[in-house]
Amino acid sequence: MNSATRWLAVASLVASAAGASAQTLRVGLAEDPDVLDPTLARTFVGRIVFNSLCDKLFDLDEKLNIVPQLATSYAWSGDHKALTLKLRQGVTFHDGEKFDAAAVKFNLERHKNMQGSNRRGELAPVTSVDVVDAQTVRLNLAAPFAPLLAVLTDRAGMMVSPKAAQAAGAHFGAKPVCSGPFRFVERVAQDRIVLERYPNYWNKGAIHFDRVVYQPIVDASVRLANLRSGQLDFIERMAASDVPGLKGDNRFKISRIVEIGYQGITINIGKSDQAQKNPLGRDPRVREAFELSLDRAAIVQVAMDGEAEVGNQWVAPNNPWYAKNVPIPKRDVAKAKALLAAAGVPNPSFTLMTPTTSDAQKIAQVVQAMAKETGFEVKVQATEFSTSLDLADKGQYDAYVLAWSGRADPDGNLFSFHACKQPLNYAGYCKPEVDELINRSRAATDPAARLKLFEQIEAHVAQDRPIVYLFHRHWLWAYNSKLSGLRTVPDGLVRVQDLKFN
Amino acid sequence: MFKFLVQRLATIIPTLFFVSILIFGLQQLLPGDPATALAGEDHDPNVIAYLRAKFHLDEPVYMRYFYWARGVLHGDLGESVRIQKPVTDLILEKLPVTVQLASMAIVIAIVFGVSAGILSAVKKDTAWDYAANVFALWGLSTPNFWLGILLIMLFAVKLGWLPASGYVSPFEDLKGNLAAMIMPAFVLGNSFAAVLMRHTRSAMLQVLSADYVRTARAKGLEERVVVLKHALRNALVPVITLGALGFGELLGGTVLTETVFSIPGFGKLIVDAVFNRDYSVVQGVVLFTATVYITLNLLADLAYFLVNPRMRG
Repeated sequence: MNSATRWLAVASLVASAAGASAQTLRVGLAEDPDVLDPTLARTFVGRIVFNSLCDKLFDLDEKLNIVPQLATSYAWSGDHKALTLKLRQGVTFHDGEKFDAAAVKFNLERHKNMQGSNRRGELAPVTSVDVVDAQTVRLNLAAPFAPLLAVLTDRAGMMVSPKAAQAAGAHFGAKPVCSGPFRFVERVAQDRIVLERYPNYWNKGAIHFDRVVYQPIVDASVRLANLRSGQLDFIERMAASDVPGLKGDNRFKISRIVEIGYQGITINIGKSDQAQKNPLGRDPRVREAFELSLDRAAIVQVAMDGEAEVGNQWVAPNNPWYAKNVPIPKRDVAKAKALLAAAGVPNPSFTLMTPTTSDAQKIAQVVQAMAKETGFEVKVQATEFSTSLDLADKGQYDAYVLAWSGRADPDGNLFSFHACKQPLNYAGYCKPEVDELINRSRAATDPAARLKLFEQIEAHVAQDRPIVYLFHRHWLWAYNSKLSGLRTVPDGLVRVQDLKFN
Repeated sequence: MFKFLVQRLATIIPTLFFVSILIFGLQQLLPGDPATALAGEDHDPNVIAYLRAKFHLDEPVYMRYFYWARGVLHGDLGESVRIQKPVTDLILEKLPVTVQLASMAIVIAIVFGVSAGILSAVKKDTAWDYAANVFALWGLSTPNFWLGILLIMLFAVKLGWLPASGYVSPFEDLKGNLAAMIMPAFVLGNSFAAVLMRHTRSAMLQVLSADYVRTARAKGLEERVVVLKHALRNALVPVITLGALGFGELLGGTVLTETVFSIPGFGKLIVDAVFNRDYSVVQGVVLFTATVYITLNLLADLAYFLVNPRMRG
């Protein structure tokens, strides 16, 4: 290489590096997403990528209000058994196909009927979809279903190109075609997902990057090191223990949002015969004593470095759906001891199963130490995550440290966990009056009436304790301080709209 | 030579058959229901039922083995359920990455390990020897994970010389590729360098005290010729076996290094697949690795022939 070409090469390298840093947003993810098909997808982290790739009928704002995205307005019928949506005009999919009522019908039916669909349950109350005209679609329901709009703010509301979906069949996820601000370029499993700006995006004024690159980096300290060395602009789920180290550095900012999910301890109270074989599952007084042994604030301090809000329900105390009639119980060792004495088991013993993540194990250890002061003998059993889920599903456990990522509507944190025989009801909780209340809450279209029902449900759950809720984690985001326009939506998903470098 | 080769090749087929049964059987022992693990957060019973049918999970184990083995014999290793990609594609995508990482690591290990081994044997009981031993002890006792993070902190965060993690294809950007791979290769090669050093040292010491070396010296040969031509050649026989096996081990042992440096290679592929119960990926990758391992063993045997004339007899 002669010196002129060498200089040219160097100059082009420098130019491309500078160009890339000005126009590419590089996001560090805590895990590698699963399949990029909104119908089949099942992980939290995948939803972060979808937010750049696939627009939804509705979106959420920072206060969890439901706001328009592909649907511009909605109207419920008088009996709340039909939802009519007006659709945004001039929207196209990444393959140039038009987005219209027929596309919405196709997508909702795909969610409902595709083999292996994970959206079927969420859309179960929708019985049929009518195309009223090109920009109007009507969803017919078997019965009123309050969580429906919230469901449409997530994957069930994501619209893919019908033409591309039909052509790709079951392999759509390998090359998804949606209508979001960025279109799919390539994916190298476990390395990166590259998206580029879709020039015909309906809201292109809000998009300030040419490319978004998502890189899964599992280890939190390595993710942070990439941010600090300038290879990433944004990382999600930074470790709570790293917060103090980054605070003094003004090149970076930290955002924290209280999650819509929760961390709790699920107790086997009726999932299998094992529920009756240990005092915790057998006797509600022992469960009450167990809860009274716990100092939630201390657990948060020790296990989470203070990066969580204490709580006692399936939604956080700052959530509008929090049932105020059941406040967070304070630690009371004397009362707990009295309850154990009354139950005739001063030293109850049980096994606390925990996934092998460091947070979960820390929680288990702190709980073990706290409960010991009351007289509990807690054996901690760390179990690989898939195995622990399987054991929980079979009811082969006493108590289980389990987190839930949460859904925008409280029903997503409640129904599947506390209604009889639902798939996530690992506790085996089944009480006809609670089922009745939950079903009424799902049909309640008046928010005030719905909240009243939640208060009644919470009164039962707080007494029966199928889950002892502990706290709600902070979503910790760390990012380059040049980045502005970041919206902190409590679902923990980064929105690329309005995001830019100053 | 020919007979030996045929003999060795003939043992490969039953070995691979046994390995395939072992892989399949061990996987069945993994706790946890794959359909439940794959169904994701929501655990929709319909999805679980669909996955069970798709992967024949309701059928007896031998039938499942049959389906899988039939596919393998037709060159079809199945598809990853998690990301909808054929396992063969995943292997072809990840293999070059790990092979490059392991090759760089083994070069680093040989350069540092063998030369330190020779040096410490020739200069036995001197400062050189002690230094080489300290180096080996350090290499053996430093956890990969920790060393990786320390190097990232120093070279990426503090000095900003190298990227903290990630991977660039050498065909896109060779310099970027080497910059991204040098730290992980060093971390990976580090402990193996120590093993090679210890083995080279002891093999060299043994050979250097042998009669023929004394004869060589008595002939008045230069020490350099004695060490490099006469002694090293014999001492290298066990080291070569170790190197070949070590390469296999490095290929399979890149898990931690790949995790720390976020390198999309084989190790990460298999670990993620095990945790997600992505069975076809686990089976395909393990079978492939086993085949590579067996082949390397065969090559090591052949290499004896080339370096050690006595075995040609």
